[in-house]
Amino acid sequence: MSKRVTENAVDFPASGEPSRRVVAVYEQPVVIRWTHWLIALATFVLIGSGLQIFLAFPSFGPKIPQLNLVHFPQGFHPLAAGSWIHQLSLGGWLAGGEMWHFTFMWIFAGSGLVYLVYHAISGRYKATLFVPKDVPGVWPMVKHYFFLRRRPPLAQQYNPLQKLAYTVAVALGIIALLSGLVLFNPVQFSWLAAIMGGFHYARIWHFSVMCALVLFIVGHVIMVAIHGWSNFMSMLTGWKKSPEYVAAGIEGKQIERG
Amino acid sequence: MKSLNDDREFRRMSRRELLKLSPLALAGLIAIPRMRESLFMGGLEFSDWASSHWFRPQHLAPTYPDSQLGSLERFFVNTYDVDDPGIDLDKWTLSVSGLVRQPGQYRLADLRALPLISENVRHVCVEGWDFIGNFAGTRISDFLRLIGADTSARYLYTECADGYYESLDMMTALHPQSLLCYQMYGQPLQREHGAPLRLYLPTKIGYKSAKYLTALSVTNVLQRRGYWEDQGYDWFYSL
Repeated sequence: MSKRVTENAVDFPASGEPSRRVVAVYEQPVVIRWTHWLIALATFVLIGSGLQIFLAFPSFGPKIPQLNLVHFPQGFHPLAAGSWIHQLSLGGWLAGGEMWHFTFMWIFAGSGLVYLVYHAISGRYKATLFVPKDVPGVWPMVKHYFFLRRRPPLAQQYNPLQKLAYTVAVALGIIALLSGLVLFNPVQFSWLAAIMGGFHYARIWHFSVMCALVLFIVGHVIMVAIHGWSNFMSMLTGWKKSPEYVAAGIEGKQIERG
Repeated sequence: MKSLNDDREFRRMSRRELLKLSPLALAGLIAIPRMRESLFMGGLEFSDWASSHWFRPQHLAPTYPDSQLGSLERFFVNTYDVDDPGIDLDKWTLSVSGLVRQPGQYRLADLRALPLISENVRHVCVEGWDFIGNFAGTRISDFLRLIGADTSARYLYTECADGYYESLDMMTALHPQSLLCYQMYGQPLQREHGAPLRLYLPTKIGYKSAKYLTALSVTNVLQRRGYWEDQGYDWFYSL
């Protein structure tokens, strides 16, 4: 380890002192970067292959013989073979979709488990987990992003809205796994099926959670795009160039150290 | 948190940390069909391994009161080819072979002589729909006792009048709800539901419950695994 690397604390000079410039902060440990990208890949594959599986019976109602549940004019049916929705799906046909799904569900579960265990034992959850004291900070961030209000001063690595988004995304991932487990083995996990309202509802849970995750991903990608290259690179290299909260610290604002 | 105060050091450390992620680029191998296939085989095998380990041989699939049954007319019929392979029901026999003490031709009357088990269970199709139906017939385990099957063998293999074929692990074959089904809703099995005899396995995905059975064998070696499984569908697929 280089002597220039200072452990455990960003050196914040007391105001008035000539500042020792902080070039970069090590934000994303290697475990987080690995699991982040594995989960990202698995999520992408699971959504695409899940769509393929869904298209085998694109309804949450009963399958009734000789009855087309959605009446669209020929050629305009959004679910018809060859339509744009089919172009988005992975696997080519139902068996292919299941192959992708049954493979990547384990990668998703395994990486997710490592991600959560690492957060728990490293104490990193203190920086990312949304807790009751973050509640007052959410609305100012919402006003900033959606109503173009002034940006509230950033006092920690992740702002309250960000913590809320990440915490919800983890919860969604857990519900996706549990409802998926019910769909995969509803008899062995009949107790879990009962909690979800039965097999039928597990399918609705699984689909709704997927939709919510898509919304999270869209928001997440937009935010990364807005916050620029160095923000994106920190998930690849771990090192974030001159983070805002450090600048805030140098200006003498209160800092919470993760 | 660790920090750096020097630009050159920042670039050096960034490169070093980026390298630690380089094995992730191997994910690009899934673009190669052959690599993808072997990954998927591993994925399905792992899924089968996991689900066969948490499969409890005596754990019953939930059963439902008659009031929750869907009507027989609304029970969707899925066949891979024909709804009626044209079996002569009067001349039909089940050909039994393999690791059994009494191989040969069995008639429906032989099955009817064994206890009749009736169950209201959820049928789950791989397509995603499900249906609560009534199925009745002989426990596979009772029939295996009748034919003197070696129940330490690994598989049950069945062939069907329409060319369909299916195989089953012995653990599931011996499950108390696994049936050689010849009745639905108190009536003899209808042609489109697999008359005169089908498998009914409430602990397996729908396509494992083969219709129009003509042959059954007990074996340790499978030449073929199943009509859909040989095209890429999962083999164990317990519910």
